[in-house]
Amino acid sequence: MSRHTLTLTTPYVLEAERYELRADGLYRFDPDRRAFVQVLGASLVIAASAATASAQPNGGRRRRGDEQSRTESLDQRFHIGADGVVTVFTSKVEVGQGSRTQLTQAAAEELRLPADRIRLVMADTALCPDDGGTAGSRTTPANVPQIRRAAAAAREILLALAAQRLQVDPSQLDCREGLFADRSSGKQLTLAELAQNDALKSLLQDAASGEASLADADQWKVLGTSVPQVNARDLVTGAARFPSDVSRPGMLYGKVLRAPTYNATLQSLEIPADPALSGVTIVRDNSFVGVAAGNSWLAAAAIDALAAAAKWDNPPHPSSDELFTHLKKTASHDGDAWPRPRVDAWGDGAQALDSVPPERRLAADYTVAYIQHAPLEPRAAVAQWNDGQLTVWTGSQQPSRVHSELSAAFQLPADRVRVIVPDTGGSFGGKHTGEVAVEAARLAKAAGKPVSLRWSREEEFTWAYCRPAGLIEVRAALDDAGRIAAWDFTNYNSGESGIRLPYDAPHGRTQFLAADSPLRQGSYRALASTANNFARESAIDELAAMAAADPLAFRLAHLADGRLKDVLTAVAEKFTWTERYARRAADRGVGLACGTEKGSFVAACVEVEVQPGGAPRVTTVCQAFECGAIQNPANLRRQVEGAIIMGLGGALTEQMVFKDGRLATASFSKYAVPRMADVPQLDIVLLNRPDLPSVGAGETPIIAVAPAIANALANATGRRIRSMPLIPGGS
Amino acid sequence: MTQQLKLKVNGRDVAVDAHGERPLLDVLREDLGLTGAKYGCGEGQCGACTVLLDGAAVRSCVTTVADAVGMSIETIEGLGEGDALHPLQQAFVDHGAAQCGYCVPGQIMSAVALLRENARPSRAEIIAAMNGNLCRCCNYPSILAAIEHAASPK
Repeated sequence: MSRHTLTLTTPYVLEAERYELRADGLYRFDPDRRAFVQVLGASLVIAASAATASAQPNGGRRRRGDEQSRTESLDQRFHIGADGVVTVFTSKVEVGQGSRTQLTQAAAEELRLPADRIRLVMADTALCPDDGGTAGSRTTPANVPQIRRAAAAAREILLALAAQRLQVDPSQLDCREGLFADRSSGKQLTLAELAQNDALKSLLQDAASGEASLADADQWKVLGTSVPQVNARDLVTGAARFPSDVSRPGMLYGKVLRAPTYNATLQSLEIPADPALSGVTIVRDNSFVGVAAGNSWLAAAAIDALAAAAKWDNPPHPSSDELFTHLKKTASHDGDAWPRPRVDAWGDGAQALDSVPPERRLAADYTVAYIQHAPLEPRAAVAQWNDGQLTVWTGSQQPSRVHSELSAAFQLPADRVRVIVPDTGGSFGGKHTGEVAVEAARLAKAAGKPVSLRWSREEEFTWAYCRPAGLIEVRAALDDAGRIAAWDFTNYNSGESGIRLPYDAPHGRTQFLAADSPLRQGSYRALASTANNFARESAIDELAAMAAADPLAFRLAHLADGRLKDVLTAVAEKFTWTERYARRAADRGVGLACGTEKGSFVAACVEVEVQPGGAPRVTTVCQAFECGAIQNPANLRRQVEGAIIMGLGGALTEQMVFKDGRLATASFSKYAVPRMADVPQLDIVLLNRPDLPSVGAGETPIIAVAPAIANALANATGRRIRSMPLIPGGS
Repeated sequence: MTQQLKLKVNGRDVAVDAHGERPLLDVLREDLGLTGAKYGCGEGQCGACTVLLDGAAVRSCVTTVADAVGMSIETIEGLGEGDALHPLQQAFVDHGAAQCGYCVPGQIMSAVALLRENARPSRAEIIAAMNGNLCRCCNYPSILAAIEHAASPK
């Protein structure tokens, strides 16, 4: 099978803050082959290409949408085995969010099979149709229906074939558990028997996903149930092979020379006569310097030797202390530059603020620090060249994009590159790019052997793109009845997701302005929704306080009936908000927040405990979440719990601190992420709406946590903290 | 200097030619093909590389292979008997205690060490023993539930 032409029917609009998807590749390799490659026995001076040592953009890479929906023939989607097992091919990846199990359920549902009769081949560009990358919570709303439609069409073909063989009308047949049975005679055929029919392959080949009917949610047999993770056994035995576990015969281990500071460029590198470099393949190609050696330890020692000899130019770099001034100063109002300013105004817009007396006006600036995804498996790739054909195993949410990056970096036709994404050790929006794949491929090309490259934790913290920092200015006013009269909200740099005001306000404006980012930034779970919800929901609480209103009542009074109001009401009831808000104590506070993103709805109530001299502690998070018809309740619960706990990190402690171009927080000992002891009591309410289409759930459950905590802290202490993280030093 | 080191891994004697200063984790993964233990941080902060040395949970990324000579090394691959899962592995499956699963071998090995030492730990004791094992998917509630189940009287 080969990759084939894509038909774009639903172009996916990229949010502004997916900066990494618009960025150029990190490397431009030298097409003139002046690049230096050597297996060293002796020292050597390198002068070649020094003039072009700085990072150059990788020109000409084609842009692609995040999601493609195309006309496919069913034999590219399914293989029906003689053992009655159906193999499903998809470019989607599994990074812990549960897509492998969920897509298995989707196929099983419409093929009327138990989940264990489905096998998924995911994210192999040589085998799988391109269903787009795995991002934006799109698997549930876009790819589950896509697989279901294809499976339903395949089921109809199987039914027709069985009817023909049994010489009955298809409407006479029952299809379930891989049996096609004639209701009147009891005669039946198994899926395995049908699979051996010569006609089946050409029938599937000629058919596209048709209009076969899909089961309604209230009829679901496999969807809607807590099918256990299909590969759980491999995960608990250590048999699962993550990208960093891939091994090839004769494989070497790579390492790349990193700059000592952000923005630094290599001025000179004289290869020293160091025994650590003996027998090591050294590659220098423009800005890229790396090694390949017999094991990771030797590769690291070789890089240390090169690092000691390298001379760098270190230009000035803004520090995290001056970050928000820098963002405001460099904000772009240029409508032609990307990302463009996005301004939405209604009523009299910002002008309405001026008519309100100062005591009913709020002016509050909120900040959100850069944070890292820190997936437990750092970026990793194994690259192998065979006769000019490149195969790379790597952890990425975007196999197709990585494929394009490799093809561009090595000037290879598309059919000479194959990208395979084994189930990957975490991602959270952080693995959309292919830099590690390109690096591994460059080393493998030089070494003439497969090369495994895994970034260190320090590299992952320092050089991976991070969640954008942001400055958010809120200007708002109340009318004399204590209702929101005007709303003005400006986000500098962090992004536009979740910027819309869900509350009723007669006049207002929201705007997003891009700025110069000192760090490489891009997508993160829920994108800028966390930042925008933090600022908005904090400001709403500040307005409620100004109006002397209960924050719940204030919100409800400004919300129309609907799904957001429903989750807010549900969480307040579960948490017994009204009672607990009234019963406030000096050492305890409660707070709430709500929001919507990507078609799902979330509300959270939080209790914090504040001891004099001690760090505030989040004791309870109660959260209600609604994402349409629930497809796998157990997995949904885990996604919601995981998002809440991950959100505690960004809310309370996580931040990237940097000065003079050096990151001071490049390890887990200096960058505190949530641990088991940090987990509060979790009370989760999952609202099931079988009457509504299912949407994704991996992102939105993170967005209400930080503002709810900020509001609870303000409730407990009377002091409003307007920066994320809220308690960076722990107190 | 590379030397021949005699190791005992999952009950078997194996000899490897390796520099004694290399991390045990690298030797397990790169020389012995035992990739169950994972790299997560290289500084003993995340627990992904956890293996047992003479029954105690250690971070193999900050343990040199020379230090493991003469000790019994247990990895996730050595747990369970034939096709039968170890009770903790089964509990992790039953409680959905994996999201991406990358941390899971380390989580299980830390929990094995805990339960061998203390068959009926309290919740606080479990949390104290497991606090060095990061799960970035933050699936801690399911991991805790799995360990509590494995530690409960049957």
